[in-house]
Amino acid sequence: MVRKYLSKIYMGLIYIFLYAPIIVLVVFSFNESKSRANWTGFSLKWYVELFKDTDIRSAFYYTITIALIAAVVSTVLGTVAAIGINSLNGKIKSLLLNINYLPVVNPDIVTGISLMILFISFNVTFGFKTMLISHIVFNTPYVILSVMPKLKQLDANMTEAAMDLGATPMYALRKVIIPEIKPGIINGFLMAFTMSIDDFIISYFTKGEGVTNLSIVIYSMARRGVRPTINALSTIMLTSVLLLMILINKRSNDSEKSKKTIKSEV
Amino acid sequence: MKKRMLLVIALLSLVLIAATGCGSEEKQTLNVLNYDIYIDKSLLSEFEKANDVKIKYDTYATPEEMYIKAKAGASNYDLIISSEYMVERMINEGMVNKLNYDNIPNYKYIDETFKNQPYDPENKYAVPYFWGTLGILYNKNTVDASSKSWEMLWDQNHEKRIIMMDSQRDAFAAALKLLGYSLNTVNEDELDEAKALLIKQRPLVMAYITDGAPEIMIAEEADMALVWSGEAVSAMAENENLDFVIPKEGSNIWIDAMFVPSNAKNQEMAEKFIDFLCSTEATLKDIDEVGYSTVQTEALKQVDEELLNNHAFNIPKEDIDKMEMFRDPKEFIDLYTQRWTEIMAE
Repeated sequence: MVRKYLSKIYMGLIYIFLYAPIIVLVVFSFNESKSRANWTGFSLKWYVELFKDTDIRSAFYYTITIALIAAVVSTVLGTVAAIGINSLNGKIKSLLLNINYLPVVNPDIVTGISLMILFISFNVTFGFKTMLISHIVFNTPYVILSVMPKLKQLDANMTEAAMDLGATPMYALRKVIIPEIKPGIINGFLMAFTMSIDDFIISYFTKGEGVTNLSIVIYSMARRGVRPTINALSTIMLTSVLLLMILINKRSNDSEKSKKTIKSEV
Repeated sequence: MKKRMLLVIALLSLVLIAATGCGSEEKQTLNVLNYDIYIDKSLLSEFEKANDVKIKYDTYATPEEMYIKAKAGASNYDLIISSEYMVERMINEGMVNKLNYDNIPNYKYIDETFKNQPYDPENKYAVPYFWGTLGILYNKNTVDASSKSWEMLWDQNHEKRIIMMDSQRDAFAAALKLLGYSLNTVNEDELDEAKALLIKQRPLVMAYITDGAPEIMIAEEADMALVWSGEAVSAMAENENLDFVIPKEGSNIWIDAMFVPSNAKNQEMAEKFIDFLCSTEATLKDIDEVGYSTVQTEALKQVDEELLNNHAFNIPKEDIDKMEMFRDPKEFIDLYTQRWTEIMAE
């Protein structure tokens, strides 16, 4: 009995630990005063300010656009690369996999500075495209890493069976391989998307004039204290992600339920 | 399939929320780089309209970051605002263009006190923007500030109610000034004395932090804090029990200045913008936003009385005379770093 309570308390503490910072952030986005210490009353002032602040808005726009494009491109690149690597054998396969690990374990600052030097030596003007290319570069290995395990689980005979039955390689890819590894691909996409939103250092070194993302803007605020408009923005982003998750969960629950009912009817 | 579609739709709608009018015609552009919250944004659009130019405005966090990108040739700014020690370093490395003062008539409003400073002795390269100093923010109800001395930070009566900056040069500045030494000293004996003093202070200190001290002071969770003058101005506006003192032994002074980097493409427009920022109307707007002390003589005469009487903003001349600018200690910085590590390890 005591053990049951203890485990509940432990769970509770863990969740408080995880969620307390987020709750504080959300609560203080409604604070009237600029201070993070004083609660002076409820107000939507910072949400109004947020929509007026063109800097934050344009940073948000660039963050999301770059994250989306980079995630889509690197998902395609990464998936194709993973399928290719998977079909290799022996030393070349492990060599390629190890080369793929390198950018992942490489500190961001090294990636950032080396990309910057690369762009300088090719005389590329810094701007949206340099930042986008860099994001694709650091996202792709993560996609490969999240697709690989799914490919390993895939029975190699499945593709052969499909082609024995007359499927062209392309058809087999679309109808057999892709559906089987889909969870890995979606995982990779989401990972790439979040990594891209998160990134500060690489973006900092590869950005151009007038193009910034949210993490750079927020980091620049550190000197004078982060503005509550950022709390407001984070709250909006949090709520959208939360709603999205609830919707997705509901959908998948519904479809599972309908599958079950179909099965029981059969 | 539906899940994925849903995801994509949701993400796309996020983009739409963020979508800004990014329609750019082929106009002249002016690329400006500044610290965050360091300009009244309405001034940007005002200048854009008046001069038919598009300003690309970016912010950065530390001068070191700004330097790395500029040095590598990875940034293309026409105008940068930064701290005096970094301006000095960039001037010495030939990264700054000389200014043409014919384009900056408003330079006449800049207070003589802030001209001919060591980072740019002949005023060839940089125009001062704002300045500030180090001092003690304290709570009037609990602290007796009549001594007006750095000694306040060593007062036993306020054990665990004192906040220090987690920044070696700033913390050493308080100790060195209390001892009557230069805050740029490279004399090891003087530094050892300062170190002993800072170790003695450790048990009294509630926390060593880099930012957030004003927040704690506003909430009255501490009695005293070592802060920059601009932080004090905004904290005093939030809580009227707070006051600021610049100790009589003297303090530090820093100046942020505007300059045109050597790879600028539009120097003339940058100079026009410098001139615009030096005008009285623009400075008055900036003062409201920035909170640090102004270098513009006309604007200082026109600020509201409340601000004029705030001695964290309108700092008396006799205090300024006792202030000293941080100089780059070059290799001697190790002397500071080593001792600071020892203090923190106590």
